[in-house]
Amino acid sequence: MSLDQQPIVSRNPSPAAPPAPGADAVLVARDLSVWYGSTQALRGVSIAIPRNRITALIGPSGCGKSTLLRCFNRMNDLIPGFRMEGQLGFDGDPVAGPEVDPVTLRRRVGMVFQKPNPFPKTVYHNVAWGARINGYTGDLDELVERSLRRAALWDEVKDKLNRSGLDLSGGQQQRLCIARTLAVEPEVILMDEPCSALDPISTARVEDLMEDLKAEYTIVIVTHNMQQARRVSDMTACLMLDEARGNGHRPGVLAEFSPTDVLFTTPKDPRTEAYITGRIG
Amino acid sequence: MTQSPQTTPISPEPPPRRSWAGRSRLQSAQEFVVPPLIFVCALITVLTTVGIVFVLGLETVRFFRVAGIGLFEFLGGATLNPKADPPRYGILPLLWGTFVIAFGSSLIALPIGLLSAIFLSEYAPRGLRAVLKPALELLAGIPTIVYGYLALLLVTPVLKAVLEPAIRVEFYNALSACIVVGVMIIPMVSSLSEDVLSAVPRGLREAAYGLGATKFEVATRVVLPAGLSGVLASFLLAISRAVGETMAVLLAAGVKPQIVLNPLRSVETMTAYIVNVMKGEAAVGSAEHLSLYAVGMALFAITLAMNIVSGIILKHFREEYE
Repeated sequence: MSLDQQPIVSRNPSPAAPPAPGADAVLVARDLSVWYGSTQALRGVSIAIPRNRITALIGPSGCGKSTLLRCFNRMNDLIPGFRMEGQLGFDGDPVAGPEVDPVTLRRRVGMVFQKPNPFPKTVYHNVAWGARINGYTGDLDELVERSLRRAALWDEVKDKLNRSGLDLSGGQQQRLCIARTLAVEPEVILMDEPCSALDPISTARVEDLMEDLKAEYTIVIVTHNMQQARRVSDMTACLMLDEARGNGHRPGVLAEFSPTDVLFTTPKDPRTEAYITGRIG
Repeated sequence: MTQSPQTTPISPEPPPRRSWAGRSRLQSAQEFVVPPLIFVCALITVLTTVGIVFVLGLETVRFFRVAGIGLFEFLGGATLNPKADPPRYGILPLLWGTFVIAFGSSLIALPIGLLSAIFLSEYAPRGLRAVLKPALELLAGIPTIVYGYLALLLVTPVLKAVLEPAIRVEFYNALSACIVVGVMIIPMVSSLSEDVLSAVPRGLREAAYGLGATKFEVATRVVLPAGLSGVLASFLLAISRAVGETMAVLLAAGVKPQIVLNPLRSVETMTAYIVNVMKGEAAVGSAEHLSLYAVGMALFAITLAMNIVSGIILKHFREEYE
């Protein structure tokens, strides 16, 4: 099944803008709905994430930003009661379905989490771990150094490679987690509020790093911080809570997906406008 | 939402002041009475331990004086026979018997316990785990004497049926004791290890899955190493339980103090010796009677050392991913 070559037809009543011109879509969701048990978390989301761009997912709490992000590397499979409908594509291949191996997929679609979660191992082994299990045959020392340099952490930790990753500061730990992700050479990096546990200086460093990485990677970032979305992203998707249904629960829907400068200056959707101006959320 | 009738309507009068009675006299007294009270409770346990060690030590010294032997003869002697002339009080056969039982039961309990802990924490669906874990812990609630006669009436006859006549199986043998003690201590390993493995933060598992790890790699290369010291501590606690186990071993392995490699023959553990002397006819104050204190002292030293080591390991573990 080929998903990325076809135009995205949204059955979503709210308009989802096509991807930025000139950029092909890497990750595609079409009419995606997600349930946790009997609670619907997402309804009819269609989105095409462009290659080598930073795409931000914003929206009020509980609107399903993280759920959408974690669909792209099948991380939701680990949650009991998770169920999805619709189509998901990565580089033209399906993402969901029993024929897809989530283990292979996750190596290609890496993830950085909200709370820095280095392994209780040395800095070196944190970075080398993923490469080792994925059967990396090259020079591990070189890979570790390259990944740490890429994550702008090498100068700070080159003398501490044998210290525990947990001895680093919070911001360093998060960059270590980014280095660890880079070491398995993914094509996409999903970031789930990567700066929410960091101080402003560490946040700025991670944001600079994202800007550097964009040339080689496609980045999708979930953020609560609208200023951050504005600073770092090329495209922004604003998710919203749908109108209440029978049982009173409101699933998340995609309200608007536009180039970031457009979305923040001339939002087309009144709900997006209300959210970015601080009237809801 | 409609306003509830309790809500005070907006009025020009200030809202009524709430009343604060403050703490009663009794509540204030708690601050002064409770700490000394709980201190006394804590003191009782400490004093009990001190008292036991003191009595054991005193009687042990008496034993060496009455029996007229030295520490070296006691700890290094390979023969234990209080009835011989002159009586021999070498503790090595008892140490050997204890070691055989602890080692043999560990061979059974540690792998099975650890693997079931990994299964429970990483593989079992939530529903199955909710049933299996208490079921496994039920094993720990069976009185040890029951394990003892299970060994005599079930395990040993089965061993005989399988091995004899090719290999002779003694009625009292170390192997059947190892098997029942091994089963007995499985829940210590599985339950404690499962607690430790489940406590490994979810974030670490997600990080590993996010890098393209399989379930097996997550379990063996992230979760197990992160919980390793806790797992080791559960091993040591289980082994010290096997060392201290009395009734099941006494019934299954017998009371023959000998150093033999063949696990199908009878051995005597330190605990079994103590019981045997106490129910025997040794006169109070005689060397034979006093020897049980010396053996008890040695047993105490061994299990204390193991508990201290497992405590140190557990403490190390707590610091690991915080």
